[in-house]
Amino acid sequence: MTTATAQQADTPVFHVTDDEHEHSGGSTMLGFWMYLMSDCLVFAVLFATYGVLGRSYAAGPSGADLFDLKLVAVNTAMLLFSSITYGFAMLAMEKGRQAAVQGWLVVTGLFGLAFIGIELYEFHHMILEGATPMRSAFLSSFFTLVGTHGLHVSFGLIWLTVLMVQVSQRGLIEANRRRLMCLSMFWHFLDVIWIGVFTFVYLMGVLK
Amino acid sequence: MNSYPDWWKLVFGRFTLEAIPYHEPILVATFAGVVIGGLAVIALITRLKAWGYLWNEWFTSVDHKKIGIMYMVLGVVMLLRGFADALMMRGQQAIAFGANEGYLPPHHYDQIFTAHGVIMIFFVAMPLVTGLMNYVVPLQIGARDVAFPFLNNFSFWMTVGGVVLVMASLFVGEFAKVGWLAYPPLSGAAYSPGVGMDYYLWALQIAGVGTTLSGINLIATIVKMRAPGMDMMKMPVFTWTALCTNVLIVASFPILAGTLALLTLDRYVGTNFFTNDLGGNPMMYVNLIWIWGHPEVYILILPCFGIYSEIASTFAGKKLFGYTSMVYATVVITILSYLVWLHHFFTMGSGASVNSFFGITTMIISIPTGAKIFNWLFTMYRGRIRFELPMMWLIAFMLTFVIGGMTGVMLAVPPADFILHNSLFLIAHFHNVIIGGVVFGAFAGITYWFPKAFGFKLDEFWGKLSFWFWVIGFYVAFMPLYVLGLMGVTRRLNHFEDPSLQIWFMIAAFGAVLIAFGILCFLIQIAVSILHRDRLRDVTGDPWDGRTLEWSTSSPPPAYNFAFTPVVHDHDAWADMKKRGYRRPLGGFRPIHMPRNTGAGLIISALATICGFALVWYVWWLAALSFAAVIVTAIAHTFNYDRDFHIPAETVLREENARTEQLARA
Repeated sequence: MTTATAQQADTPVFHVTDDEHEHSGGSTMLGFWMYLMSDCLVFAVLFATYGVLGRSYAAGPSGADLFDLKLVAVNTAMLLFSSITYGFAMLAMEKGRQAAVQGWLVVTGLFGLAFIGIELYEFHHMILEGATPMRSAFLSSFFTLVGTHGLHVSFGLIWLTVLMVQVSQRGLIEANRRRLMCLSMFWHFLDVIWIGVFTFVYLMGVLK
Repeated sequence: MNSYPDWWKLVFGRFTLEAIPYHEPILVATFAGVVIGGLAVIALITRLKAWGYLWNEWFTSVDHKKIGIMYMVLGVVMLLRGFADALMMRGQQAIAFGANEGYLPPHHYDQIFTAHGVIMIFFVAMPLVTGLMNYVVPLQIGARDVAFPFLNNFSFWMTVGGVVLVMASLFVGEFAKVGWLAYPPLSGAAYSPGVGMDYYLWALQIAGVGTTLSGINLIATIVKMRAPGMDMMKMPVFTWTALCTNVLIVASFPILAGTLALLTLDRYVGTNFFTNDLGGNPMMYVNLIWIWGHPEVYILILPCFGIYSEIASTFAGKKLFGYTSMVYATVVITILSYLVWLHHFFTMGSGASVNSFFGITTMIISIPTGAKIFNWLFTMYRGRIRFELPMMWLIAFMLTFVIGGMTGVMLAVPPADFILHNSLFLIAHFHNVIIGGVVFGAFAGITYWFPKAFGFKLDEFWGKLSFWFWVIGFYVAFMPLYVLGLMGVTRRLNHFEDPSLQIWFMIAAFGAVLIAFGILCFLIQIAVSILHRDRLRDVTGDPWDGRTLEWSTSSPPPAYNFAFTPVVHDHDAWADMKKRGYRRPLGGFRPIHMPRNTGAGLIISALATICGFALVWYVWWLAALSFAAVIVTAIAHTFNYDRDFHIPAETVLREENARTEQLARA
């Protein structure tokens, strides 16, 4: 074999010749997942702060004095149920049933609203008792950790409403399915965070 | 303040006319300069009728190349501001001995060293490395844009928002007087009641959102959008370092956001995270801020390591020595950068075992870094080295960085750190690694990729002049600080008693003047190069005989980067293509799918900046209004489903034919 032919045989294809694949949206799931992990780190900061300051009562009330576990149990149930109903919405989306998707989203939103309502009631009650975020480092870190989670749920509720409008306008098109998927990840992520809050703040907080 | 009526407080918050520093001649002169300069620029743009062009082609552009260039411009402009602060400090310290109080009173001097640190890290070094990554990474991996082009534009404008707030603090109110990391309780409401700290908090919070999103964007780009055939271990080293840097960004900037948010709550709401009483713990802040802060320095240096790697192999004319070890060294540094934060405050008193752990992990980082130095050396060994400007920066970096690295290992020894902590030795050390590593790297990168971005090389004479001023200036400015630090001089002082120290400060000030000439020569270099662009023109798109994919397309590249997505078979894909007789395709083009420009990013960032400004001044109605506007605009943007378009095949053909003609003339 001569060098020339060897070189010819050796020259491979250096560019894509077939039609390019649609890449729009292909990275969205990965990107959104990374956003969730970055958000998780914000919560990590808040958990770590609670871990360090959570027993600094400054002669004020402690978790055992303040927490009403029954109320928190109801609240937790609201959030967990909302995750299940969001799951049903996603199953309906897979089957392409738009009305069912919207119905389950409404139920999810109502559970979310109930969660926020109960949390606000709890905060209100504590503040009336004088357990304000300014009272001690424990209360500062408690209100900030739980409140940040609550803010996320509230933001999720706004997002949910916007998405319902968009689904009703354009149906379950590719872009909307992608958005519903992102909100689904966000919503379940908030559940996971809440399990941490419930365990570390409330359950361990009432231990003597 | 008390003499102002209630309606004033309702409308203007705590803003008063006294907040305008008209009694400070330095600030008035600066303000006049900025206004005159700003008006001149605005007049020039209006005269050239360039507003439409700027808005359509640049401000709303989602093209990663244009956004990259805008980041670089932002970084260079802010370098002038940050360096002006540096010159003022060097001038003050050179004269303020004994009876001479100098020209900067403490409250002004404290603002200057805080602003210098904040600006140089967040608004000079970060935009420069982000700009280079933005420009180069998609080209190196054979992609047409980043994964989320709109977010890229939004990230840039959020960074600009932070810059606007920091610059506004110069003329409306004051800046923080607490050092660049703003340790509480000094930075808390009790000891820093003014607006300066709040400018600091909101500027960093707004810019930080942009940085985090741009980190997510570039990771998704590198993971998902590489050209076919480019598996992870065939990625160019710069792309590898960019990947690791962006992983660090996503894994550390949220910590900064969380920490600053807690300090914000302490200041605005009256919580007790970092206060001295009611159970607060200031050391918690110091821990948290350095868990962000240490990775941050690797965020800055890793891309520069990548730049040096590209330059070493290009200008030695051979492939990089020890590619695999280079990649692993980068990854190891990425991981280790999270395990060393406590070395910034050994003196906290956490005990011998904790301090030894962090001292040892710190020293371990020098192993992968040392491996990199040897890899660059072995890349040069037996290479056909061309001593072009980028190569000179590389060699200056290697010499300087090794010195900085060694003083770093000295500081990593806890007993030594107890002596050197908070001294000028530390200042000399981190300037040694940041100037010697990041700044030299940014200049190397600018020199190296400028012809790619604009189609002509930078003028060599002025570049060399800038190089020598910078390198010599650095040594003259910072070696005296090592000496002073060993003699026990602490940082952040605006006046000294011991006259025997003065000579060292005068030498350091002279060094700063040399660096000023270096910056001036750099600016002249850009101007001269633009004037002589025809002489410096490169029509090949490959002026340095490059080895990676960005050199395979034209300079500047077309909006779509590559007419056909390249297929990669080996490391140094372009060198491989050249070696194996690659022929540019001349026909058969197809329409190319591209993202559409949008002004939403700029508008949302502008509203966020207004919100930040209103929060600084307690103008609650404006803060609420602009925050609501941010949310509404963002939601409105999601109702826009028409986000992309196709560049017609005829346009591609026209551009590619123009390139064919250009190549034929070369």
